[in-house]
Amino acid sequence: MRRHRTSRVLLSVLALVVSLVWAFPVYWMLNSAFLPNVVLQSTTPTFVPFGGSLRNFSAVVDDPAFLRALGVSLVVTLTTVVAAIVVAFFGALAISRFRFRGRSSFVLALLLIQMLPAEGLFIAQYKMMSSLGLLNHALGLAVLYTAAVVPFTIWMLRGFVAGVPAELEEAAMVDGLSRTQAFLRITFPLLAPGLVASGVYAFLQAWNEFTVALVVMTAEDSRTLPLWLRGFVQASATRETDWGQVMAASTLVAVPVIVFFLVVQGRMSSGLVGGAVKG
Amino acid sequence: MSSRSSRRLPYLLTLPTLVLLLAALGYPVAWQLVTSLRRYGLMQQFGAPAPWVGVDNYVALVTDPSLWTVVVRSVVFCVVTALVSVVVGGLIALLMDAVPRWARLVLQVCLLVAWAMPIVAAMTVWVWLVDWRRGVLNWLLVEVGVESAYGHNWLAQPTSFFVIASAIVVWMSVPFIALSVYAGLTQLSPDVLEAAQLDGAGWFRRLRHIVLPLVAPVISIVLLLQLIWDLRVFTQIKILQDAGSVASETDLLGTYVYRLGTGTGDFGTASAVSVLMLVLTIALSWYYVRSLMAQES
Repeated sequence: MRRHRTSRVLLSVLALVVSLVWAFPVYWMLNSAFLPNVVLQSTTPTFVPFGGSLRNFSAVVDDPAFLRALGVSLVVTLTTVVAAIVVAFFGALAISRFRFRGRSSFVLALLLIQMLPAEGLFIAQYKMMSSLGLLNHALGLAVLYTAAVVPFTIWMLRGFVAGVPAELEEAAMVDGLSRTQAFLRITFPLLAPGLVASGVYAFLQAWNEFTVALVVMTAEDSRTLPLWLRGFVQASATRETDWGQVMAASTLVAVPVIVFFLVVQGRMSSGLVGGAVKG
Repeated sequence: MSSRSSRRLPYLLTLPTLVLLLAALGYPVAWQLVTSLRRYGLMQQFGAPAPWVGVDNYVALVTDPSLWTVVVRSVVFCVVTALVSVVVGGLIALLMDAVPRWARLVLQVCLLVAWAMPIVAAMTVWVWLVDWRRGVLNWLLVEVGVESAYGHNWLAQPTSFFVIASAIVVWMSVPFIALSVYAGLTQLSPDVLEAAQLDGAGWFRRLRHIVLPLVAPVISIVLLLQLIWDLRVFTQIKILQDAGSVASETDLLGTYVYRLGTGTGDFGTASAVSVLMLVLTIALSWYYVRSLMAQES
């Protein structure tokens, strides 16, 4: 029994060490964001931001380049979220409410397309956008993002649509509502959580995306937030960097995402490997 | 609503998806397939006709030493990183299963927060952590007695560059793997494990003969997903290159295509490399997609 208890304590200690390794980079970002550059430049690192300030954050927020990137990111992200929800909703409705010829090929195609790497397509997408005159256009980027997130969003929403029994709708139709009315009054409100979850998924993808944006948004003033952030790393290669400000910038980009992510993560991960183990 | 229009309804509903996917993904894929069969360099960018060269661009993938190096390097990086991620993630899942509730909760929250970090923000922090002048990594190494780490630039040599890159990708991938495998472990029946223990099976034998076979489906799926995701790794490599390493010595498929496209403008070769990535991805995805389809019906 005694041996059992020591091994439990050892395992708990190990769990804490592992936790530390995974949380440390995130902690380090926050810690450095509050510290002035003079402190960060010293040879021994400062592990707790005593005497720190919000000065790094105000410097970042006052930077017009940040505000411009924030604006571009907001336009791209919100357009993607709205467009993806609308398109995916129709698609999800089709595959979970109807049996039609070509349905399973449609689902198969969606699942395969969802796996396609942006890195295997971006040269052609660049070429296409440039010949359409859509380089550096927030809406052009939003179209590419919507196409990238729609397959998985349909897959995610289909579960929610299937979860609302069609009998409920039929009963309402028997009571004299038209199909559209029955849908809008009965099914739609029940789908709200699913729509929110898909919206958050689309938000996270569009807000974080780097690869396609790098290729398509080439002009300095059409950068999204990730591109703007990357600009700091590029600059650090050649001159001294104010890491405090860079970390404040990273924090501003990361915090809304971490909050949103914690809200939806259960649903997203169960969509990826759900059903792999049957209890 | 007549039955005729009702029959047409599902097709109308899929129409927006089809139009969007064909325009934003279908057309680029088709363009790439066609371009990979032509010579398409700087001259063609400025309007010269692009001659057909058959499979020359694909032959170059295997015969051109610099191109072949990138292909081999990417595959090795992908396989090593994916295997390490799955082993580490699996061990952490076992650890989660073994510790008391409070420790498990701490571990889960830390993994989730790391998982949630936007990729570019995470990369910025990592560049700061491994910075050769003031990075915590070098400070820590010097503290534990590795004097040579002082002022050492890990990103300057290809080998240490890839070790750092791989470690970062492992850090990013492990939360998803650990939480998925842990979810699989919680599905195991405690009765079976207890019975095995009463029969005298030690921890390792229980792991090998009961736990592993039962979570094998989850492990094979996360491994497959990791292989697919690590083959396309781009952002991590690109940002580490930006932080000051020689791009030509540290390229993987993604960054190589990017350099071909933006630098030399050799779209023919870039398209052939891209098509190779797409084909490898689809081949790897097939099993995963089939399993998702089977679970749906």
